[in-house]
Amino acid sequence: MAGIQIERVGKRFGGALALDSVSLDVADGEFVALLGPSGCGKTTLLRIVAGLETRSSGAVRIGGRDVSDLRPADRGLAMVFQNYAVFPHMTVFDNVAFGLRMQKKPREDIERKVRRAAALLQIEPYLDRYPAKLSGGQRQRVAVARALAVEPAVLLMDEPLSNLDALLRLEMRAELKSVLREAKTTTLYVTHDQTEAMGLADRIAVMQQGRIVQADAPTTVYSRPASTFVGGFVGSPPMNFVKVTASGRSARLDALDLRPPADGDLLLGFRGEDVQLVPPDEGMTFVVKVAEPMGSHLLLTGSAAGCPVRVVAPPTASVHAGDRLGLRPDPDRIAWMSQDSGLALDGHA
Amino acid sequence: MTAPRWIPYALIAPAALFLAALFIVPLVQTILLSFDGGGTPDHLANYRKMAGDLNFTLAIRNTFLLVGVVVPIQLALAMGMAVMLQKMSTGRDIVLWIWTIPLGVSDLAAGLVWLALLQNSGYLNTVLFQLGLLDGPTPWLNAETPVTLFVGIVLAEIWRATAVVLIVLVAGFQLIPKEYSEAAEVFGARSWTAFRLITLPLLKPSIQSALILRTVLAFEVFAVVYALGGRNMPVLVGEAYAWQYENQNYGVAAAYAVLVMVISLAATVVYLYALRTRPETQP
Amino acid sequence: MTGARRLMFWSGVAALCAWVLVPIYLIALGAFGGRAAAFRWPKAFTLVNASLEQLATFLRIEGVWNAALNSVIAASLTMALSLLLGAPAGYALARYRFRGAGAFRLMVLLTRAFPLAILALPLTVVFIRAGLYDTPFGVALVHTALALPFAALVTAGLFAGIPRELEEAAWVFGCSRLQAFMRVVLPLALPGLAAAAIFAFVISWNEVFAASVLTVRNRTLTAYLLTVLAESPLHYRFAGGFVLIVPSVVFIFAVRRYLFALWGVSNR
Repeated sequence: MAGIQIERVGKRFGGALALDSVSLDVADGEFVALLGPSGCGKTTLLRIVAGLETRSSGAVRIGGRDVSDLRPADRGLAMVFQNYAVFPHMTVFDNVAFGLRMQKKPREDIERKVRRAAALLQIEPYLDRYPAKLSGGQRQRVAVARALAVEPAVLLMDEPLSNLDALLRLEMRAELKSVLREAKTTTLYVTHDQTEAMGLADRIAVMQQGRIVQADAPTTVYSRPASTFVGGFVGSPPMNFVKVTASGRSARLDALDLRPPADGDLLLGFRGEDVQLVPPDEGMTFVVKVAEPMGSHLLLTGSAAGCPVRVVAPPTASVHAGDRLGLRPDPDRIAWMSQDSGLALDGHA
Repeated sequence: MTAPRWIPYALIAPAALFLAALFIVPLVQTILLSFDGGGTPDHLANYRKMAGDLNFTLAIRNTFLLVGVVVPIQLALAMGMAVMLQKMSTGRDIVLWIWTIPLGVSDLAAGLVWLALLQNSGYLNTVLFQLGLLDGPTPWLNAETPVTLFVGIVLAEIWRATAVVLIVLVAGFQLIPKEYSEAAEVFGARSWTAFRLITLPLLKPSIQSALILRTVLAFEVFAVVYALGGRNMPVLVGEAYAWQYENQNYGVAAAYAVLVMVISLAATVVYLYALRTRPETQP
Repeated sequence: MTGARRLMFWSGVAALCAWVLVPIYLIALGAFGGRAAAFRWPKAFTLVNASLEQLATFLRIEGVWNAALNSVIAASLTMALSLLLGAPAGYALARYRFRGAGAFRLMVLLTRAFPLAILALPLTVVFIRAGLYDTPFGVALVHTALALPFAALVTAGLFAGIPRELEEAAWVFGCSRLQAFMRVVLPLALPGLAAAAIFAFVISWNEVFAASVLTVRNRTLTAYLLTVLAESPLHYRFAGGFVLIVPSVVFIFAVRRYLFALWGVSNR
């Protein structure tokens, strides 16, 4: 078991800067998700940790050992690839045993560890089959079993669920979580799916344009985003931002009194479910353009103070397109941002 | 793990060196040899000798005629076959295999096959005889029957080398998503119109490479002609062979070689230009 | 398709199949029928008193046997050389982006625009000096120049078709570069490599011009047949043609699944 230290790692592709001096510590046994839109550098970072890509600057340590210049084989890690990369010319057993065989483990040892990994992922019935005969979900299990069989110090996963259909993804997500909790493996997990990151990770590192913009517990990232980008990227619907001008640490939006932590041009950030629906003259005015009944809730899309706003209302609420309502955000869950920098202001609310 | 820079170079080096030694060097040598005046400053002597030869004009004419007749027929035939394969739901694999058998048949063997059919007492004459159209064995492949000899060679060439065109076209068809022509038909195009407006333009790169491949090889035509008609019908590469082998005049043979290469290159350039496609218009 | 159209369609398919197969059938008749059949008039369209004896007699002619042996040697050498040289180049083209890749690819493609066999002409002199003239190895060298571009482009397509992730997975799970290639890439590429090898064999087996130019006494089968063409009796010519065709047909059957990889894709 070991932690990962990523120290000021930079990467250039030709003239383009893919990673800009990224630092991240993953504690021993911790599960950290690298979350971000495509092209943000999260996969590049993972591949540099794996040794599949060279860094332009910085260093990577695993278990305190500098592995920056080692071959992937010598880094003591395992990886689950986006397309599983299950070897098609080997049986499931041989696939799971691959890493152990490369380590020249004794035969009985290999047999035992393969069986255990297979049992953990419930692929024992398929051990003699070839991957071509398996479904996508089963191949996924083989890929995870192969990674866990070597009992790696560090497990890297590159969008492992993105090729599964929605239902299977939900099932695998839960299973992955229980399996990894049991194995207590240090895990770095790349995903662009924020629900996956929220559900699985101990900590989420949100990446934007080659930088980590926030690395915090999922609930913190969700409710206290470090920037408008994080607020907009994490959570569905994304966080709402309404323009406010404050002076003397106070501001007023329609019939709503606010106590911002700073003066000037600010953004009032609030989650769609953190508001109270009130009559129009008791909060900020919200004009409903579309009302979508989602079953578990009613999703209202409209505008307030000239900014687009989405609100989650109880499924039974009787609201229709064209209605005017008042909104009253929960004062404890408001995130204040600067309009200029898009960054969160300290001393929230 | 990213590669040390030298790895790809080490990997291509053997092939590159080999091709340099056996493609670039002989290419340059051929050109130099063809312009070698044999000690005299007359660098065009070989070319003059080539052009002055009795067979030269004949060889030029025959070669161009052959290419001009064979290649278009092969393209049309292969296109028809490719469309048929496209429409086939059962038996496609076996039919494709049969149609591509000649791919493995050498031009010499193809010539011999057609010799068996077309010679004086051959199978064609037997059929014609039994139909009462002939009185007895009749020669078709003599110097006195240049037209039938030509037709025979055309048949043998079509028989042998249409498969190459077919393979390239079928591969091209496979790259075109079926939805395109289906979409065209949904919007009211008849199948011929859909073929002309959708399939054909998308197939252009394949047609281009098939034509280049086939035309270059067609200008090299030689063994088929020899097998069927001996030297009754001179062609360019056959003349090169004769000058090299029978007359032992390497200079004139080289001049013929350069001529064939120039013609092949010119044909390639023409195809590249005439059938050019903008990359963004392809799927 | 309606009934009538379907009938027309399949008659067309059948006619085209016959167009390919009937000539082969007829030369087989000529090869097995021997002297009697070759000069018989009118011809029979079925085998009469056929025997392998006729073919065996043909093969027993000393020149023929030697020539066939030379052909096999030259073709095997071509197969080995073009794969040994071409496959690494193909792998480099498929897996690495490097300066000069474009130039190399261009050179390989350029060979297509040249009647390569003709380049055997100036090689005679060099080969005589190097002691390669009139040897199967010399012929194989020129044939490799013909087959190598195919081998390089085909294997490039082949290797590109094997997901890079598989190789990376092997690296992550403890393989060196070479181990990963041997354990993961090679087994997956093997059938395609075999097809490319067979194809190189056929290219050499069928080539007439360079083989004729570069040999005098150690003829390959094609070169031998070409030189004795004028003076050999018809039934020998037919037997020769048949002997040339048979391996090709078998080979094409063996590689039929890869024909597209060999021709289609590599021509793009």
